[in-house]
Amino acid sequence: MFELFRKKENLRDRAFMILTLLCAFLPLAAAIGFLILLGGNSAEAFRTFGFGFLVSTQWDPVQELYGALPAISGTLVTTLIALGIAAPLGFISALFLVNAPEWLAYPLSQALDLLAAIPSIIYGMWGLFVLAPVMQECIQPFLADTLGLGKVPFFGEDYNGFGFLTAGLILALMVLPYICAVMRDVFRMTPGPLREAAYGIGCTSWEVASDIVLRHGLRGILGAVFIGLGRALGETMAVLFVIGGIAELPHSLFGSGTTIAATLANNFNEADGLLRSVLFALGLILMLLSLSVQAVAQLYLRNMDRKRGEK
Amino acid sequence: MLKQTLAVAAMGLALCADAAEITVNGVGASFPAPVYRVWTYGFSNVRKNVRVNYQPLGSGAGINQIKAGTANFGGSDKPLEISELSKAGLLQFPMLSGGVVPICNLPGVKNNQLKLDAQVLADIFLGKIKNWSDPRIVALNPGLRLPKLKITVVHRSDSSGTTYIFTDYLAKVSREWAEKVGAGSDVKWPAGIGGSKNPGVCNMVRKSRGAIGYTEYTFAAEYRIPVAMLKNRDGKFVSADSRAFSAAAAHADWKAEEGFRQMLTDQPGNDSWPIVGVTYILIHRDQKNATEARAMLDYFKWCFKSGRATAAKMHYVPMPQNVVDKIADYWKSEITVNGRKNAL
Repeated sequence: MFELFRKKENLRDRAFMILTLLCAFLPLAAAIGFLILLGGNSAEAFRTFGFGFLVSTQWDPVQELYGALPAISGTLVTTLIALGIAAPLGFISALFLVNAPEWLAYPLSQALDLLAAIPSIIYGMWGLFVLAPVMQECIQPFLADTLGLGKVPFFGEDYNGFGFLTAGLILALMVLPYICAVMRDVFRMTPGPLREAAYGIGCTSWEVASDIVLRHGLRGILGAVFIGLGRALGETMAVLFVIGGIAELPHSLFGSGTTIAATLANNFNEADGLLRSVLFALGLILMLLSLSVQAVAQLYLRNMDRKRGEK
Repeated sequence: MLKQTLAVAAMGLALCADAAEITVNGVGASFPAPVYRVWTYGFSNVRKNVRVNYQPLGSGAGINQIKAGTANFGGSDKPLEISELSKAGLLQFPMLSGGVVPICNLPGVKNNQLKLDAQVLADIFLGKIKNWSDPRIVALNPGLRLPKLKITVVHRSDSSGTTYIFTDYLAKVSREWAEKVGAGSDVKWPAGIGGSKNPGVCNMVRKSRGAIGYTEYTFAAEYRIPVAMLKNRDGKFVSADSRAFSAAAAHADWKAEEGFRQMLTDQPGNDSWPIVGVTYILIHRDQKNATEARAMLDYFKWCFKSGRATAAKMHYVPMPQNVVDKIADYWKSEITVNGRKNAL
């Protein structure tokens, strides 16, 4: 590629080459720039609180004591709830979409893509105006009292419609189209002869789905889940509306808390001094969290490829 | 042809130059934002060549941006100390006062029906009173049917001047609040859930049965959420309206040398609403651009004079005339343009 630079044949070619090179390096430069910016600005927070910042649950703006654990754990809990709901749901819907007749699959697929195009603020408004009252009036009393889950830890507590479960449900709805769309495309790529052969030796639909399609598309399915994970981790507006916005460790599904992104959105306008640095530190943590999700995903997939290659 | 085009272009340019726009940028408190919005619009109809922008990003943002010099004026609900003002080279004067009110969502309870006193309000926000059927609330409300319903406290999740006014009141009336929580733009809330900005709190209260929150009065009126009556310092129950807010502001003694610093919470008087706050404007003592400075002061003068009616209609309390005069003197004696006195 680089010998192109040495040849002096065409000025336009070279200019274009340089342009593409610059563009290609832009994302890398931006990523590094972000890391430097976040790291530099969060230095004060880490100097003040040390690495205890990561495990401290304090959040006292009057005395200027801050800890990151409530926001980190809230982020993880909402993301887990979202994926716990969206991944199986996406899998099942994708299976249906692939096997459904065209006249039904087409409009359903379109609806799915439409769902993916809805801005997150709309989900947030819907969550606040529609879902939160429904949660308070119906779903939370049903889970806690009718099913008797109120006495089990992680359920019960006061239900006011807001909190982790509501946020998780909205996130699930938001990541569902992504997960489902990727899975649908993965399932479509299962070679036809493979499936026909399975049916030919007498497999049921379920056996074809679980043993042929699922196995063939495992890599893509995990990819889909990781796409959803990445989106759920950093989602701000939709969560901000319904999470309840308090810096407390998650103690109940119906309880309120906060996430990293929601904490940033809430406080950034007004922050200065130490709090500003704390928010940058939270931003750094979120970025590293997303990066490590990426890294784990890549490693896992590479590992799986190797194993499958050996078979 | 070319000549004609040039002539037209020149004329266009001349027209542009004639209507040269002066832009005055303000950033700050969201508490007075509704009336500022109406004021800037009203002012733009009077002075076509001046455009005033006000971004309600919050008091903290107002203070930060005026200090950084990125805005012509800043708005803050939290008055700065005189030492901080002189250190940053700023001047401070009050623009309006207004009430902060407790709002609630209780089935069957309408506006001005629920009565609360300072102790009960503080204990609700401390999380010590957890149910609407609590005997202490019932005792204050004979004749009102209170449901057996859990109380959900809704507070601001972002830092806010409204919170500063509200917690200042709670800290004044409740020792426990003062010791455990204190007063500030953002505090460590002992109970409840947080909504972002005034609209966030209003929506959360409206959507959650059994919720109680606090907000600037205009928002409560706009969202039609029932407001609770409060017992004031003199032991009278008052309902929130601009009359009660001005009664609280009547006792204030405004001093220019202290940057007009006032906290109007828990004021004496039979009719005084107990939670009233003042919103301030911050400007640079030394103005860089005389034209912009003049336009900005014109705007403030217009607000003090012609904006009064609008402010009162929106349930704010405009500054009394003697305070407005004091502020005008304060400008005259303090503001310099690039170091020169009496330049405006």
